[in-house]
Amino acid sequence: MTTSLDEVVAPSAFPSGEPVNISRRSFLLASAGTAAGALVLGFGLPLGTARAQAASTPALRGTNVPAFLEIRPDNTIRLQSPFIEGGQGTFTAMAQIVGEELDADPATFLVENAPPGQEFVVMENGLRITGGSMSVRFGYPAMRRLGALTRSMLLQAGSLRLRVPVGELTTQPGRVIHAASGRSLSYGELAPQAMDLPVPDPASVQLRDPSQFRWIGKPVKRLDAHDKSTGKVLYTIDTRVDGMLHAAVQHAPRLGMTVGSIRNESQVSAMKGVHSVHRLPGAVAVVAERWWNAKQAAEALQVDWQEPGADSTLRIMPADFSTKALRERLANESGAGEDAEKEGNVADALKSARTVVSATYFSQFLNHAQLEPPSALARFNPDGTLEVWLPNQAPDMFRADMAKRTGLDPAKIILHSPLLGGFFGRHFLYDTAAPYPQAIQLAKETGRPIKLIWSREEEFLRDALRPMAAVRFRGGLDANGMPIAIEAVSATEGPTEGINNKRGDKLDDAALEGLTGKAYAIPNRRIAQLFVKQTAMLSYWRSVGNSMNDFLYEAFLDELADKGGQDPYDLRMRLLQGNQRLTTLLRAVGELSGGWKRGPYTAADGTRRARGVAMASPFGTQAAVIAEVSIEHGQVKVHDIWQAIDPGSIVNPAIVEAQVNGAAALGLSQVLLEEAVYENGMPAARNYDMYPILPSNRMARVHVRVIESGEKMGGVGEPPLPAVPPAVANAVSRLTGQRIRSMPLSHYTFDA
Amino acid sequence: MELQINGKTHEVQADANTPLLWVIRDELAMTGTKYGCGLAQCGACTVLVDGVAVRSCVTPVERVLDRKITTIEAIEEDDVGKRVVEAWVKHQVPQCGYCQSGQVMAATALLKQIAHPTDEEIAASMVNLCRCGTYNAINAAVHDLAGDGAIRQAAGTTTGSERPGQAVLDKVTATVAIADIGATIGMNRAEPDWIARETETVGGVRD
Repeated sequence: MTTSLDEVVAPSAFPSGEPVNISRRSFLLASAGTAAGALVLGFGLPLGTARAQAASTPALRGTNVPAFLEIRPDNTIRLQSPFIEGGQGTFTAMAQIVGEELDADPATFLVENAPPGQEFVVMENGLRITGGSMSVRFGYPAMRRLGALTRSMLLQAGSLRLRVPVGELTTQPGRVIHAASGRSLSYGELAPQAMDLPVPDPASVQLRDPSQFRWIGKPVKRLDAHDKSTGKVLYTIDTRVDGMLHAAVQHAPRLGMTVGSIRNESQVSAMKGVHSVHRLPGAVAVVAERWWNAKQAAEALQVDWQEPGADSTLRIMPADFSTKALRERLANESGAGEDAEKEGNVADALKSARTVVSATYFSQFLNHAQLEPPSALARFNPDGTLEVWLPNQAPDMFRADMAKRTGLDPAKIILHSPLLGGFFGRHFLYDTAAPYPQAIQLAKETGRPIKLIWSREEEFLRDALRPMAAVRFRGGLDANGMPIAIEAVSATEGPTEGINNKRGDKLDDAALEGLTGKAYAIPNRRIAQLFVKQTAMLSYWRSVGNSMNDFLYEAFLDELADKGGQDPYDLRMRLLQGNQRLTTLLRAVGELSGGWKRGPYTAADGTRRARGVAMASPFGTQAAVIAEVSIEHGQVKVHDIWQAIDPGSIVNPAIVEAQVNGAAALGLSQVLLEEAVYENGMPAARNYDMYPILPSNRMARVHVRVIESGEKMGGVGEPPLPAVPPAVANAVSRLTGQRIRSMPLSHYTFDA
Repeated sequence: MELQINGKTHEVQADANTPLLWVIRDELAMTGTKYGCGLAQCGACTVLVDGVAVRSCVTPVERVLDRKITTIEAIEEDDVGKRVVEAWVKHQVPQCGYCQSGQVMAATALLKQIAHPTDEEIAASMVNLCRCGTYNAINAAVHDLAGDGAIRQAAGTTTGSERPGQAVLDKVTATVAIADIGATIGMNRAEPDWIARETETVGGVRD
C-alpha cells in the first residue's frame, strides 16, 4: 500500500501554484467506502465526475490534471478527452499531444470521452464541442500544457519518493529517472502520490521544443483500430443496463403534426412482447422486451395524425412542401440580398467589363446518413439522478438541454457519450432530430430504463438537412479575359438560422462560407445572402457552408475561365499571384498529379478523360484538388483525386491522409449521387435504397500531399471535402462540354 | 430453438421470423454485429453462415437453425478471420468503425471461398457501405491478404486499385448462385454474395 502523501511531506513544501487540487482524497475514500488509499484510483472509479467535483475550477483551461488523467499501476494512462471520437482520430491525436509532453508513449493510453463539466472546456473560445474541425487546432495548447503539468507532478512525486532534488530527475517514456543513482520509478508507481499534489503553476513548466517531438507529427497508429476491427467498441446503440426495455417510434409524417387517436392501440398492445404504447410529441412509441418487437408494433400503429395548431412552436412542415418548388423559389426570389463581403465596386466594374457572365448554380439538401442509427438509453436512478447515454458532439449543451426539458438540476444528470458511429455533423443539438427526449419520457412513464433506437426509416424522416441554395453569379471579364468583378447572391437559409429557426443579429457565416473568404485577387467583389426560409429542419453537414459554396464558386470560376479563354489552372495561379502559401499549394497538387493537364485526352485504356481543378480555404486550412474523370455507361467515373492540403502544421500524417480519403469519399458522394428530395412535405427516401451513398465501386484513388507551411494550425476533418465536388464538376464540364451548375451529377445525362 | 453461434449452442426464445441480427444483438447480447439499414443495403450486419457472408438483418432466424454461425466476436478464432483483422490493423482501416464488423466478415467470407481473389472478385464482394470512406484502406488490406501484390502504386501517398465498371459487376453477380438461406441478397444493388457455392466459376474471372 502506498504511503500517503501527508506522511512524506506537507503540501506546503511545494510551490503553491494555482490551481490547487483540493480534498480529492477524502472524496474518493468516502465514495469508495474504503480506506484503501490512493491506489483505489486504479480500479475504475468514475474519475471524470468524481475528481471533477472534488477539484476546484481551474484558473487556466485544461489544468485540472486529476480530472483528465488516471495513471494506473500497470502504467496505462486513462485520458478523459474533451473531444469526441467519431472516426476522425481525435482520441489518438489527444494521446499523442498529451503523451508528447507527459513523456509517455501514446500506445499506453486508454482514451474516453470526458463527461460534461467546465474542467473539460479546453478551447480558448470557451466552447466544448467536437466540430468545426477544431479539436486538435484549438485543443493543442491546453493538451500540451496538461501533459507537461502531469509530468511535473510525477517528477515532484519522484523527488519525494527517491528523496532527491527534483532537478536531478528526468523522465523516459513512462518512468522518472534518477540518473546519478541509477534508480527509477514507473509513472504507475508514482501516480497515487503525484495525483494528490497541487497542480503546478502552468508558467513553471516548459514545453518540449518541437524539434524534439517523438510522437507529434508522426504516423502513430490509431488506438482504436483493433477494437474497431473486432466489434469490441460499444456505441450508444450497443449499451445496455439491467432491467432495460427497448423502444421504437413512429414519427408523424410531417414535423409539427400531433397524435390524434390511435385506431388499433388495443391490438398493438396485445402484440407479442409489447410492454406499452405511448404518445409522445409528434410521435407514438412502443416499449417492448425486444427492439424487433417494439419496431414491428410501432410500425403497426394506425395513428390519426392531426395538423399542427396555430400555437405550435415547431418549424412546421406543410403538406405542400417540395424540394422542387423550393428550388424554383430560390432561383426566382427577388432582391439584392444583404452584403456579407464587399470589395471595390461590382456594379461599375460589371458596366465596364468586356464580357459579363451570368449563371445560377444550385446546391441540394443532404442527409447525414451516418451508419449508426440514432439511439439513446435513459435511466432514472433511485438517488434521483437521470442517467443518459447518447451520441453527441457537445456534452454540456446536451446536458443543459436535458435539464431544461426535465426541470432537473444539471448536477442530477449523468451523461455518457459513447463513441460515435459516424457523425458528419449529425449529433449537434437539433431540437427534433434526436431520440433522447423521447427515451427520457418513456423511462419516466414506464419506470424502467429505456433504450430507444430510431429505425433507419425514422432517421431519414427526422434527420436535419444540409441547406439548399441557388446562387446567382455575375462575373466581369476584361479585354484579356481576366476576371475583374464577381458577384454572388445566395438565396438560402444558413444552417444556424435554420437550427435556431430565426435569424441572428448578423448574417449566418455558415450560410456563405466558401463564397466568402476566397483568396483570389478579383478586385471587385460582392457576396450577399438573400434569406429564404427553407421550411425543412436544417443542420451542419461535414464542412458546413463550404460543403456546397466552394462547389458553387469554383465551378463558376471555371465558367469564367472558359468565357475568358483562360486555362482554369493557370487562371487560378494568376489570381493568386503573390500569395506564396496558395501558389505553393496549387503547384503541389499539379506536381502530385504528374503535371497539370486538362484534357480531354485518351487514356491508356482507351477511355476519354479530362481533369478539373478547384481550391478551398475551409476551417483555417488550405486545400487544392485535381480530379480525373471519364464517362462510363452514361455515368461519371472518377478515377483519381489528387489533393494537396496545408493545415499549417499537423499532429498525425497517417490520420490526416485517412481524413482526406474520407472527405474525398463524402465529397464524391455528394457530387455524384446524393440529394434529399421532399414531396408532399415528406422525404422521398427513407433508407439507403432510395438515398444512395457512395459505394466502394464509385470510390476514386486518392493521392495526398500534406504541406506544413508553418502557418497557424488549421482543421483536418472537414477541410479536405469542399474542393472535391467542384474539381469533379469542372472535369466533367471539360470532358462533356456540358456546363455543370448543380449537384448531384446523376441528374445529368452524358453520352460520352 | 437452438442456434449454433461461434461454436456454442444457444437456446433462443425469439419468434421464428425474427431477423437473426436482433436475436444476436438483443437476446444473446452480442453487439459486435451492427444494425445499419434493416434492408440488406449496407452490410453492417454481415455474419458468416457456414462460412459464407449473410445479411443477418433480413435473415429469419428459423432459416439458420442447423447452420454454423460466426459473428465478429469470434473472428480471431478463425484463421482467415485473424489474418483479416491483422490486415485491418496494419492498414489502419477503421475510422468510426461502425461498418467494420461487417467489412471484416465480408473479407473473411471472400478469402475463405477464394484464397487469391482477383480485383474483380474483390470489388464484387466488398460492397458493404462505409460512410467514413475507408474504401481505399479496405481495398489495400484485402489486396494485401489476397497476396497478389495487385495494389497499383500511382503517384502520391494513397492508392486504391482501379475498380471494375458496373458491367463487370453485373456479370459477376449474374453468374453467382444464390444459396437457399433466403433474403440474403441486396435488393437493389449489384450484390456479390459469397454465399455462392460455385465461386470458382464466377464470371469466368478467376485465375
